[in-house]
Amino acid sequence: MSDSANGIVQPPAETYQPAHSHLQAVLQRGRFAVTAEIGPPRGANVAPIRRKARLLRDWVDAANVTDSQSAVVRLPSWAGCLVAMQEGVEPVMQIQCRDKNRIALQSDLLGAAALGIPNVLLLTGDHPRFGDHPDAKAVFDLDSIQLIWTARTMREQRKLLSGRDLRPAPDWFIGAVENPFAPPLQWRAERLGKKIAAGAQFCQTQFIFDVPTFTKFMEHVRDLGLDKRCFILAGVGPIKSLRALEHMRREVPGMYVPDEVVRRLRGVPDDRVAAEGMQLCSEIITQIKTIPGVAGTHVMAFNWEDAIPEILQRAGLPRQGASEPALRSSK
Amino acid sequence: MPAVAPTTDLPRPFKPRVEATAMNALHRVLERNPVWYATAVLLLKTPPLYRAFTLIERVVKHGLFACRMCGQCALPVTAYACPMTCPKQLRNGPCGGVSPDGSCEVYPGMRCVWLIAYERADAEGRVGDLRRLQRPIDQRKWGQSSWVNYWLGEDDGLWTDETDIEHAPLLLSGGRRT
Repeated sequence: MSDSANGIVQPPAETYQPAHSHLQAVLQRGRFAVTAEIGPPRGANVAPIRRKARLLRDWVDAANVTDSQSAVVRLPSWAGCLVAMQEGVEPVMQIQCRDKNRIALQSDLLGAAALGIPNVLLLTGDHPRFGDHPDAKAVFDLDSIQLIWTARTMREQRKLLSGRDLRPAPDWFIGAVENPFAPPLQWRAERLGKKIAAGAQFCQTQFIFDVPTFTKFMEHVRDLGLDKRCFILAGVGPIKSLRALEHMRREVPGMYVPDEVVRRLRGVPDDRVAAEGMQLCSEIITQIKTIPGVAGTHVMAFNWEDAIPEILQRAGLPRQGASEPALRSSK
Repeated sequence: MPAVAPTTDLPRPFKPRVEATAMNALHRVLERNPVWYATAVLLLKTPPLYRAFTLIERVVKHGLFACRMCGQCALPVTAYACPMTCPKQLRNGPCGGVSPDGSCEVYPGMRCVWLIAYERADAEGRVGDLRRLQRPIDQRKWGQSSWVNYWLGEDDGLWTDETDIEHAPLLLSGGRRT
């Protein structure tokens, strides 16, 4: 993308050129990568995304824009990605299988490629039961692995699922998610292996609060040789309040917060919980950085993106920008 | 192809009522061969017979597996726990929402059907089956007889070999059903 002075993204070239993924380049060079999550607003207003993107710009290699996460209607991921690009942040476009069939999913993938969105994160999605429209039809025409497989097929076989040719073939850096804390624990690395076999090139994990279990997961990942075939970004996030903690433990599917974390956050005065949550998040990043096979971290601070710079700073991941001018301007 | 109406209730996890070992033995009897192929062709040519046969299949498999008649059966490689009873109808393994106690994220208190599949496959020494990549299903086949579809060879390539995990074929190249 171009860094034009007025912040407007140049329209893509007449003929399709695959977008360069800065995130992929950083990972391939072996530098510890940082991504963060931007949650779009629940209304037709891009200002919050613009603000969050500016806040994160110098701190992250790329930012995920979620796709109506928790089954709540939000501004679409592609729109958020375009705004992030206007603010100079490389986006990761999330696409989930809950709301769209294979026609719409492939269409979204084409849109991402055509608009120069270099990274996609392909996931199954939360069930509508959890959102603001529990009466909605759950589509799930494809599952996450089939969607990843579809993207790789579009890129490498240059075909749609219908068999129709795609010329030129679109290109993305393809991402997946994995939850190391959901049963069957002993099969989670194998499941990641399926995603990699299908075409995943990077993986962002669920929130890590239980480092020993994650360490065991990574051992299994290395035993299977998966860390050599896929970049693994360890997911982390700060807990802002005891209410947020309870929400995470009770309402968010696939979340595991061990008792010692609960005790630690409950053990400080109410007005100190946020600071303790940030401190805990920094400590976890510091710990996972040393685990072999971990290529980066993915920070999810939903509606608390302001905390991210300080968390990264404390974890020894300073502001970027100045250190890599050449790479930035070559984007 | 005439079809029997699939069940319209929402998918919920279901623990199969039969052991996987017994079903594996039965599968060997039902394995595709010229006799079953001829049977399938005959059934297709005789719609009333096809409907009756499909109805029987539906009753039997509904009772044993809570079969929803997707018409393209994955049971032989899921330790006979039906993935279409997963509320997300995932064909490739459990989602990330399984709670630490093994509950389905959509129906707390009901065990995740993929966890059931994993435990049954593990007990049989067939976890490798879960490693196969499952291709997207054909949504037009709901209500059809999966046995007939299988005997006719229409399911070929529904899943990859378990050894394909490192070098998975692309989606559109047909795999071999083993």
